[in-house]
Amino acid sequence: MSSIANRSSRSVIIFSSVFVLLWVVIASFPFIWTLWGSFKVQADFFSKADWRNALWGTRTMIEAGGTFTGAGYEGAWIQEEFWRAAINTMIVVFFTVVISLTFGTLGGYALARSGHNYAFWLLMIALVFRAMPHITLVSGYLLPFFEWNLWGHLPTSIIVLVAINQPFTLWMLHSFFLNIPKDLDESAKVDGCTQFQAFRHVIIPVMWPGVITTGLFSFLLAYNDFAVTAMLLSEENRTMVPAIAGFLGSTLEEGNVMFAVAAVVSATAPLFVLVMFFQRQIVSGLTAGAVKG
Amino acid sequence: MSIKSKFILSAAAVFLGTTAYAGCGLSGGNVSILGNEFAAIQAVAEGAKQCAGDGVTVESNLNKDYRELQVAALTANPAQYTAVTTTNAAIVPLLNSDLIRPLDELIAKHGQHLSKSQMITVDGKVMAVAFMANAQHLFIREDILKAAGVKAPQTYEEVIAAGKAIKDAGLLQYPFATTSKTGWDLAQEFVNMYLGHGGSFFKPGTAEPNVNNETGVAALNTLKELVALSNPDYLTFDSNAVQASWEAGEVAMAHLWGSRGTGILDDEGSTAEIVGNTALIASPTVGGGSTPASTLWWDGFVIASNVSDEDAEASFVAMVNGISPEVVKANNDAAVWLVKGYEPSPASAGVSATATGGTKPYPMIPFMGLMHTALGAELTEFLQGSESAEQALADAEASYVAAAKEKGFLN
Amino acid sequence: MRHKTFFWFILPSLAAMILFIALPLVSVVIQSLHIEHEQVIVTTENCGPFGCTEESSVDTEATAALRAEQPLGRFAGLTTYFDRGHLATAEVAEAWRSRDGLGGFFSALYNLPFYKALAFTLTYTFLVTPLVIVLGLMIALGVNRLTPVLKGPTIFVSLLPMIITPLIGSLILFWMIDAQGVIGKTLQWLFDDPDLSLKASPVLTWITLMVYGVWSSAPFAFVVFYAGLQTVNSDSIEAAMIDGATRWQRIRYVVIPHLTPLVVFISLIQLMDNFRVFEPIVGFSAQANATSLSYIIFADMRSDITRFNSAAATSVLTVIGVAILLSPVLVRTWRDFKGKAA
Repeated sequence: MSSIANRSSRSVIIFSSVFVLLWVVIASFPFIWTLWGSFKVQADFFSKADWRNALWGTRTMIEAGGTFTGAGYEGAWIQEEFWRAAINTMIVVFFTVVISLTFGTLGGYALARSGHNYAFWLLMIALVFRAMPHITLVSGYLLPFFEWNLWGHLPTSIIVLVAINQPFTLWMLHSFFLNIPKDLDESAKVDGCTQFQAFRHVIIPVMWPGVITTGLFSFLLAYNDFAVTAMLLSEENRTMVPAIAGFLGSTLEEGNVMFAVAAVVSATAPLFVLVMFFQRQIVSGLTAGAVKG
Repeated sequence: MSIKSKFILSAAAVFLGTTAYAGCGLSGGNVSILGNEFAAIQAVAEGAKQCAGDGVTVESNLNKDYRELQVAALTANPAQYTAVTTTNAAIVPLLNSDLIRPLDELIAKHGQHLSKSQMITVDGKVMAVAFMANAQHLFIREDILKAAGVKAPQTYEEVIAAGKAIKDAGLLQYPFATTSKTGWDLAQEFVNMYLGHGGSFFKPGTAEPNVNNETGVAALNTLKELVALSNPDYLTFDSNAVQASWEAGEVAMAHLWGSRGTGILDDEGSTAEIVGNTALIASPTVGGGSTPASTLWWDGFVIASNVSDEDAEASFVAMVNGISPEVVKANNDAAVWLVKGYEPSPASAGVSATATGGTKPYPMIPFMGLMHTALGAELTEFLQGSESAEQALADAEASYVAAAKEKGFLN
Repeated sequence: MRHKTFFWFILPSLAAMILFIALPLVSVVIQSLHIEHEQVIVTTENCGPFGCTEESSVDTEATAALRAEQPLGRFAGLTTYFDRGHLATAEVAEAWRSRDGLGGFFSALYNLPFYKALAFTLTYTFLVTPLVIVLGLMIALGVNRLTPVLKGPTIFVSLLPMIITPLIGSLILFWMIDAQGVIGKTLQWLFDDPDLSLKASPVLTWITLMVYGVWSSAPFAFVVFYAGLQTVNSDSIEAAMIDGATRWQRIRYVVIPHLTPLVVFISLIQLMDNFRVFEPIVGFSAQANATSLSYIIFADMRSDITRFNSAAATSVLTVIGVAILLSPVLVRTWRDFKGKAA
């Protein structure tokens, strides 16, 4: 916005700044509270006795001998070998994002360039697919996967996550490709390129912002997934979110809540780095892509 | 199994194998164990892994959601898992679908030292071997009860009276807590109370529901009086919440799982004053009944049908090794073991007292799970006061009937 | 684009979706039309550590024979769809016949699990979706005014509610809103009511869930809108200013029309996701007061005895519900599509 646009009244500026500040507090407070609490013992984190214990670490002092303790992190990462889950998550997320985007760019490009009715209906069917509750889909996989010995392995989960992410990826990339002028690849085709050559030489160089944005959403989906990974992975191949859920215990058995809290905080750390790194691309990507819906 | 984990397992067998020797005397076989994930089961799985070596492989997959996996995993042929650790409720789908094999021959060959009380028999055939027990029972704060001038309650009527006394004395606003979260937990409380009142859930010999009667209403009314003494958030109270309240000293009486005793009595999460005054006693009786209003649970292992005889034998031997007296001794406080050599700990006092009182086991009936779910979904409105006890029970029966028809138990 | 080229481009994506979504979807539909075999029940004596009891059990041999005859179970048509756990046609008709005024009819309807879940699901969807859009837009407008140095960190903090796994995020908030927790205590102080508990009353539970829904989805809308704002043509804004438009008029007549396609996109995704609301109900242990269609499916799948046929029927109903909900948006997309093709 230009300089004139900034000449708004003082009250608007104050209102807008206060609003953003308020939002920042609301958005970050639960996370900061968790981060702080992850260095306490469970009695302080819950602080049923007095909520201020969570601030001062009253019980932590008694049980751990200091107002802060790394016991949760040590328990999760060393004793429970959370790093295994972290590595599995990295593998699953990396391949899910790469394969999703490869399939999605090809498909999204085709859908954006085809004027035939079936392209529209494919998009609609993809939406119906997206509406399907994951938990039902996943239970349907169990028996065939056990029968064919596919259950429990990382590649199985990866391809399932790719498939489940496809509808969203297709929609997002389709609308992005609609925004890249048709003339670009049409003129390449006039110059004698095949459709694929046009795609490779003309479209690929300009598609990155949209692909990165879509990739971030795919990343979040795979990273945060619980329904698929909890049911389709064996204990040794488990990813972070089901591992965290495993720390929480069950009806009959007490869990290690502080391990879970420390693990949640740790699991968020790579996302920080990622978001900071791709911040500009998210914005520029969506600018180019989703704007035309 | 990867080469790496094979190496780790055989290394573990070498280092840990005190009494067990590689292969446990077997000539070969693949053992894979599916089970719940907590300390006692982990100890059993580790014990079973000591049999690895000499052509025998042992691996395990411990997962909180094992119940969702077990039927599909054992239906596949060959089954993904040769052995499953299960409970008297979780075993039902396996029995219904005939996915586990009778163990009589294997016991005769390899399990002579197992005690008779560990055998779970269905129609004369041993289908599972139990190794640990659990039950809900009463936790009380002796200091608060004393201050209110009441003795340790033995009936729910006394629990309610004691709760009122504590409230009136101004000691605690909400003296009682139990696992009353809508769903499985609340249904479990109703099951306790209904059995305590002498009810039976089905018409004899059929799958017809039988809860909408005077006994059911009495059970619900007792529950309502109890939750009136609970924190208003009681419909969200699972075991974790009750345990946290207990450790914070907010309640004086709690009806909670015995397996939580160890955590409550340890030196973490609570003050010495609270822990020192906590007593674990039998579950109370109700409505003049003679047996405690609770249910007894066992954890045990089963062997899959759809595996080769060699693997089944190896699995049985490995699992028996997993529940050997040595494993139990090393993990004595992790559970209330049903295995010889177990030394009762203070944390097991409540479960033992409840079992001695003649409490009934949780029914191992094929359609009990459907009833449990129906109760969990339909009883809340009565406790909230928005419908009558009869209406709530009628809803639960209707919900059960719809489920039982779909599953083929009723027509 | 030629049919053949199109086919090769779409093939990997389509193959993945057909294998892992379409085929399971077909199987889900088929299973929702079946019920299980009659189970042959016998009474047996069962023994264990706690003594022996006479109990019913399934005669597995006899049942296995029935199962071998018809592997899918008994064909039941739409019976499951109309039973008490789903559309409950008989119960609804009965409630209508014996109605005690319209209020009585609705309370009878609310007593049926499907309609109870539908009531919450629809309320949630239609309140959270617009709130997410409005809040997202306001944050985007606010952040857009910030100095560049502050923009980066603010965007990052704004994304936090979206990037924490919902299952865990709602659980942590559940601990915080406890009457003894930090948010719970703050609210008690704010409203000067020491007994205030967000978990106890149905109304407060609904509000809590919706506030959580808005909180966790607002970042999605924010990111999309913020990106859209970057492309608002500054010439038209300046023109509007010269014409004496107030800030509000500029937003109303220049910015919002520019963002309309984005609103469609966000509505589409949010309507669908909110209609399938599930994680907060489990995370907040709210099932006593609020259930959703997805929660019913979860409860069927995770009960002591899995009810796949019932879950399948609810899933199909969910998909149909989403299709109905989205139909206005889809019609619009169709028009756009034809417009582009022309």
